[in-house]
Amino acid sequence: MHEIVIISGKGGTGKTTLTAAFCALAADAVFCDADVDAADLHLLLQPTIKEQHEFIGGSKAVIVAERCNQCGVCRELCRFAAISTELMVDQILCEGCGVCVDLCPERAIDFPEQVCGHWFHSDTRFGPLVHARLGIAEENSGRLVHLVRKEAMQLAEEENKKLIITDGPPGIGCPVIAAIGGASLLLVVVEPTLSGRHDLERVLDLAAHFKVPARLLINKYDLNADMAQTIEAAASERGALCIGRIPFDPVFTRAMVQGQTIFEYAGAEEHQQELRIIWTRVLAALPKDSEQCLTLKMYT
Amino acid sequence: MKLCIASGKGGTGKTTIAVNLALALGERAELLDCDVEEPNAHIFLRPEISGSKEIYTPIPLVDLSLCTFCGQCAQICRFSAITMVAKKVLIFQDLCHSCGGCTLVCPTGALSEGKRQLGEVSAGHKNGLSFLSGRMRIGETMAPPLIRQVRAQADSRKISIIDAPPGTSCPVIAAMSGVDCIVLVTEPTPFGLHDLKLAVEAVRLLDIPCGLVINRADIGTDEVYRYAQQENLPVLLSIPFDRRIAELYSEGKPLIEALPVWRETFLQLYEDIDQLTQAHKEKVHA
Repeated sequence: MHEIVIISGKGGTGKTTLTAAFCALAADAVFCDADVDAADLHLLLQPTIKEQHEFIGGSKAVIVAERCNQCGVCRELCRFAAISTELMVDQILCEGCGVCVDLCPERAIDFPEQVCGHWFHSDTRFGPLVHARLGIAEENSGRLVHLVRKEAMQLAEEENKKLIITDGPPGIGCPVIAAIGGASLLLVVVEPTLSGRHDLERVLDLAAHFKVPARLLINKYDLNADMAQTIEAAASERGALCIGRIPFDPVFTRAMVQGQTIFEYAGAEEHQQELRIIWTRVLAALPKDSEQCLTLKMYT
Repeated sequence: MKLCIASGKGGTGKTTIAVNLALALGERAELLDCDVEEPNAHIFLRPEISGSKEIYTPIPLVDLSLCTFCGQCAQICRFSAITMVAKKVLIFQDLCHSCGGCTLVCPTGALSEGKRQLGEVSAGHKNGLSFLSGRMRIGETMAPPLIRQVRAQADSRKISIIDAPPGTSCPVIAAMSGVDCIVLVTEPTPFGLHDLKLAVEAVRLLDIPCGLVINRADIGTDEVYRYAQQENLPVLLSIPFDRRIAELYSEGKPLIEALPVWRETFLQLYEDIDQLTQAHKEKVHA
């Protein structure tokens, strides 16, 4: 089994638009939206939700006034400045470390579990989708990313599917690290800009750090063809060969407005052809040796 | 005045707005790049960097000669960053949230605090405009403590313009909390609108006044304008899609330097933000 994770470093380069296009092309695959913080893939895949589950992300401290003798030890111990002078816990600042809970001399602090989001098993017109929504201002997005990938993997195993296509989050922090660990191949979508180049280098360094192979896909390459070339060279120096260039064309946005992938949109035949070629290159870039193939063990 | 430029969706133009607004205000302002995972403001600003400081967070270190393997450290840690296996103490420093719980409960003083590098904060300036930028270490997972360190170094006498990371989870909250006004940058596409709604929820949670900038305003649909009206969110500025603007961006050139007609627009944007902020303050007082 293989998993292709589409990431970008910089946000807004076209990850989700291209992920959806690949979902339309891939036969017999499971899809996974690992951008749990601002998930958009469902806007194009329009899933029918079959199962909804709560995501318990951790606990938060609550001081129970009846048991509290106002000693203020909790406030002194909290390293996240989450406890006010009136001894109220700020639920946004609370890190969920439980130090105040364990060390309160009066045992006056409760630590209820928090529902930090939801995750879903869904059907789409292209195949099954596992996706999630993290609550606003929540932490632990890495854990939720890990969870949806694990569920996608389990589903693929049950349904004997050989491929998982995962839409990843932007950046290089906790959700990205959770999204790329153990993946078969990263597809990094970049635009030909100086910022794009800078962010690409950082995300490729991250890929190298976690030893995941990566390939490059340049979107809107004709907005600055020279920059596209510079980026290609910089990426191949880091071992990420370029496997495709897509020109700027408002037709991608028009398809998105219709809630369609580029393969369903009339008048985009040229791009359909180029994306078919890119997709064969993506599949050809998947590692052949069994070591790089995924096993459920990796996720437990 | 503390102002945060944010967005739910990435790549909508946060950095463009933050950099051009800061350049228009010049020496009255300080630009804080708090998108520490992928900081980009320096690419456009090309500031003179006067110094950088490595930023660390505390993590536990164990002295096995003092350890009695009582296991209290592992018990208090909610992040599975410290465990006991036979006569060994395993510390997974990347999982540590620096709460200090393990060191506090250790009865023999076998645990002390070392440090893990989160990244660095650089300071500089461009023609009197001050500049701070955080850059997270590759492989580090936790952006919020580094973002808080960037903000802790801000010059309170100047207008702070914070360039936030995308999304709506903890790093964004670290960049937005406690500011006087938030500008959300969006594009009028289904993805842009969907993520804008999430960002607005985050802003409402913090109860901070907020206005919108609509970038590439003529692509997509006008649904975002209807949403803005319905939610009573002022549209402070609309920027049309212009290939010339996209090209300047790709070369890392600030809009107002290449096309000076935009300077007035950004000064007006600041006036409007200021008015929005004052109106909110008056409402809170009343």
